[in-house]
Amino acid sequence: MNELIEMGFENAASMGLSKEEWERVCTHLGRLPNVCELGIFSAMWSEHCSYKSSKKWLKTLPTEGEHVIQGPGENAGVVNIGDGLAVVFKIESHNHPSFIEPYQGAATGVGGILRDVFTMGARPIALLNALRFGEIDHEKTPHLVSGVAAGIGGYGNCIGIPTVGGEVEFDASYNGNILVNAMAVGLAHSDRIFYSAASGAGNPVVYVGAKTGRDGIHGATMASTEFSDEIKSKRPTVQVGDPFTGKLLMEACLELMAADAVIAIQDMGAAGLTSSSVEMAAKGNLGMEIDLDLVPVRETKMSAYEIMLSESQERMLMVIDPSQAEIARQIFNKWDLDFMPIGQVTETNRLILLKDGEVACDIPLAPLVNDAPEYDRPHISPKIPQEVPAHKLIQDISISAALKMLIGSEDLCSRRWIYEQYDSHIMADTIIGPGSDCALTRVYGTNKALALTVDCTPRYVEADPYNGGKQAVVEAYRNIVAAGATPLAVTNNLNFGNPEKPEIMAQLVQSVTGIKDACEFLSTPVVSGNVSLYNETAGNAIKPCPVIGMVGLINDWQNAGTIALPSKATLFIIGQDATTNSGWLSNSIYAKSLAKHVGGAPPQIDLEAELQIGLFILGCYQQKLVQAAHDISDGGMLVALAEMMLAGNHGADITLPNTLDPHSWCFAENQSSYIIATKNPVELRCNAEQAQIPFIHFGKSISTQELKISNGDIISLDEIRDSYETGLSNRLEK
Amino acid sequence: MRITITIEKKPGVLDPEAQAINKALSSLGFDDLQNVTMGKQITVSIDTDNKEHARYRAAKMCESLLANTAIESYTIEINEPS
Amino acid sequence: MRVAIIVFPGSNCDRDMMVAIETLTGRRPALIWHKQTNLQPVDLAVIPGGFSFGDYLRCGALAAHAPIMNALLDHAARGGAILGVCNGFQILIEAGMLPGFLTRNKELKFVCKQTSLAINSDASCEFIKSLDSSEKLQIPVAHNEGNFFADPVTLDNIESNGQVVLRYVNEDKKNSGNPNGSLNDIAGICSSNGKILGMMPHPERAMGAGHESADGKKLLQSIFEAIEA
Repeated sequence: MNELIEMGFENAASMGLSKEEWERVCTHLGRLPNVCELGIFSAMWSEHCSYKSSKKWLKTLPTEGEHVIQGPGENAGVVNIGDGLAVVFKIESHNHPSFIEPYQGAATGVGGILRDVFTMGARPIALLNALRFGEIDHEKTPHLVSGVAAGIGGYGNCIGIPTVGGEVEFDASYNGNILVNAMAVGLAHSDRIFYSAASGAGNPVVYVGAKTGRDGIHGATMASTEFSDEIKSKRPTVQVGDPFTGKLLMEACLELMAADAVIAIQDMGAAGLTSSSVEMAAKGNLGMEIDLDLVPVRETKMSAYEIMLSESQERMLMVIDPSQAEIARQIFNKWDLDFMPIGQVTETNRLILLKDGEVACDIPLAPLVNDAPEYDRPHISPKIPQEVPAHKLIQDISISAALKMLIGSEDLCSRRWIYEQYDSHIMADTIIGPGSDCALTRVYGTNKALALTVDCTPRYVEADPYNGGKQAVVEAYRNIVAAGATPLAVTNNLNFGNPEKPEIMAQLVQSVTGIKDACEFLSTPVVSGNVSLYNETAGNAIKPCPVIGMVGLINDWQNAGTIALPSKATLFIIGQDATTNSGWLSNSIYAKSLAKHVGGAPPQIDLEAELQIGLFILGCYQQKLVQAAHDISDGGMLVALAEMMLAGNHGADITLPNTLDPHSWCFAENQSSYIIATKNPVELRCNAEQAQIPFIHFGKSISTQELKISNGDIISLDEIRDSYETGLSNRLEK
Repeated sequence: MRITITIEKKPGVLDPEAQAINKALSSLGFDDLQNVTMGKQITVSIDTDNKEHARYRAAKMCESLLANTAIESYTIEINEPS
Repeated sequence: MRVAIIVFPGSNCDRDMMVAIETLTGRRPALIWHKQTNLQPVDLAVIPGGFSFGDYLRCGALAAHAPIMNALLDHAARGGAILGVCNGFQILIEAGMLPGFLTRNKELKFVCKQTSLAINSDASCEFIKSLDSSEKLQIPVAHNEGNFFADPVTLDNIESNGQVVLRYVNEDKKNSGNPNGSLNDIAGICSSNGKILGMMPHPERAMGAGHESADGKKLLQSIFEAIEA
């Protein structure tokens, strides 16, 4: 036996199992696994399904709160929003497939996350995405941007869910490894959430949706010498999205759920039929028996291994109430989708698969799920860089010239070229679409609205992972608050390099700790998420990118904020005054874009201040003191103000304080602050003084279409707009 | 030299468009229908008399632009000038 | 006002259109599944936007052969009113109920944005009679294939018969108002009897109350007034 185990390891290694994991498989089975069984173990114990490198740290995140109905561990998180309704949401990455084939990679990423949400019984109502590409002038970037944008739109537009927001960044560390993270948000009745745990031995297990092909079969097999001859002719292919079938599947599933026929349901996402069957059975503490000859396939001679590990899209596995089976069949017939009972729930606690009348797999479920490896990988504390003093960064140009360059740079310019390819209005509930602090989507049939955002600043995380992790949370928090909404909960997508390198593992550990501290302090629990590791090319890791997706709630959408600067308004900065602003230019966009200086300590975060200022802003909203608001982040105060001016099509006149260098004042990225435009300056000032919130009255909107600065500097709104609007198109279409 | 390039999905790659057409034709009563595939045909003219060179150039065009070789295959047909 | 909304697999603006019409008329329109073969008498049939049959083959081509279409042709033959929006416009053209073609946008990209529309006061379409043609309508588009094309003879006929109902216009001088390159900036046309209107912009997304504009509401109201008159 030991000799056989020795010999078999080569196969296991080619599927990504370590020596120790391979031995564990053999011990659990008491024999050598066949190819199908080995494939199932390697898929379930892969980083993607088992979170073996990150689990120890993910467990530290706060996942509970008064509104949380379901935290991590299901297809998506569920949060109560009152009136019998719940918001269901999750973010997920599709990085590697999108680099190989950007259109299909991005499209299937969107399709997958939508299935995660409607599997829970929720109708999806909004999509967001967080995208990272290589340098804008890199030869591959325009092709990747076009493909990813078209793919996101191609799926979302067709299935009819609005893409309402997102973020896009360009950085050389993503030249060979782009990041495509998609977030989906849905609405459900809070008492009608569907889960994945199977129940009731004897109940039928039903396969629904599209047929199974050889799409995206366990990539690791490609490297296997043992199978190469057999597999070469049936090369695993790129998964192709079919949003049309996705739409039919979504409607059919929601109709079926409304008919009370579904006992348990699971999307066939990563590792396809393997993870769905294993998870459903294991969560129900039961077993499952499946006849693979009954699985609808669109190719001939598919092996048990291929059927179990195919990642064909638009498929679901369900356990249904046998008394409702006929109704269920009729619903799927109506939508022209396959509906095939392929097995049943059993009490064996084993996964048994039949193929060609023989047992193709017989494995105990408990070890597959409960004994999945978990690693405490070594991590070494990174050296946190010093703050780069402002005087080393400040450029000898006018404020207006600096503004024009910054707002036209690929870091800060308008993303219109991308987001106009997304249908952002369908479902007719989008109040604020792309191009603002956060998106605002009306809760259909009510006065409520959801505020949605995704955020991360990888250059901060790289320099200081702990503070960078915190910053991703607080920036999301500010974006939600700036719209007048109360932050509710978080989903996260942790994108890192190879966790087996201690310095990369340290990025993960520290930024998760930062996220934990911020989420605990701000009462925004993490209810779902995804981890994407090994984002490296030729040994070079990406800039760490723990994306935070945050959902907030506003009770009456008519009280929601806007970033559009109105006429005759007074401008305040809330959260800073001329003395508390330290002029933090270190690691800012100003430093990167104008001084060509990357790195240095990122701005510090004071969670207590963040919370107090956030609550103050929400208080101002309640008293209707806010006519427009925008948080200060990348690019600093003046970039934020320029965005408000462009959105509102109004000019502004501002006064520079004499306590700081004008460049520091205008472009510093100090945290915890907002620009507020108000028509009640006296009341606002009085409230701020009373609450002891730092503030400064620094300007007003004016009737001329220009930005006037007290040092005599002046720039027309047209000139700013031209720079802002053409920044991306000029460089992508050249 | 006129060259006809045909681009099709590789075997095994899901072709939702062909499937939808298949279903629609079936529902219009074409019950003898067995299979539908879809592709693109692109015609280019190359300034050369050398067939092999023309084929080589056309293959280059397919590899660099015309076909998405992650999911598509191509065939090249040389049409002699008439 | 009895309204039916025809729903194909892949239609995705059916609910939005239903909500918009119910808000205006106080009566919920009937949703008619494409596999049905008859259509109860209605005052207006609407084909909503979406990606019927995934937009596969040609936008609208597969839907144009769906079972319900014979009943819709009968409705049209009786002089019944039809509104097709976006994919609905594409289906009406594929079904031969409106002239011309809709092809890929000039920029070869999906486009979702607000557009400014001029009402052709000479149009032989009663649906717009109660609108002030000196005012522009702000109604958003969202499509991949809205680039209207017709051969010169057909185009000339469409123009001289007053079948052009809506045109994209240029509000600010910087950007072209035409989002897709359509001939003569055509955004919407009607049948020769003026009873069938096909348009790319989505009126159901310009209903005020949180939307950027309320001009879609005005347009729908005008259509209902014309039908009731």
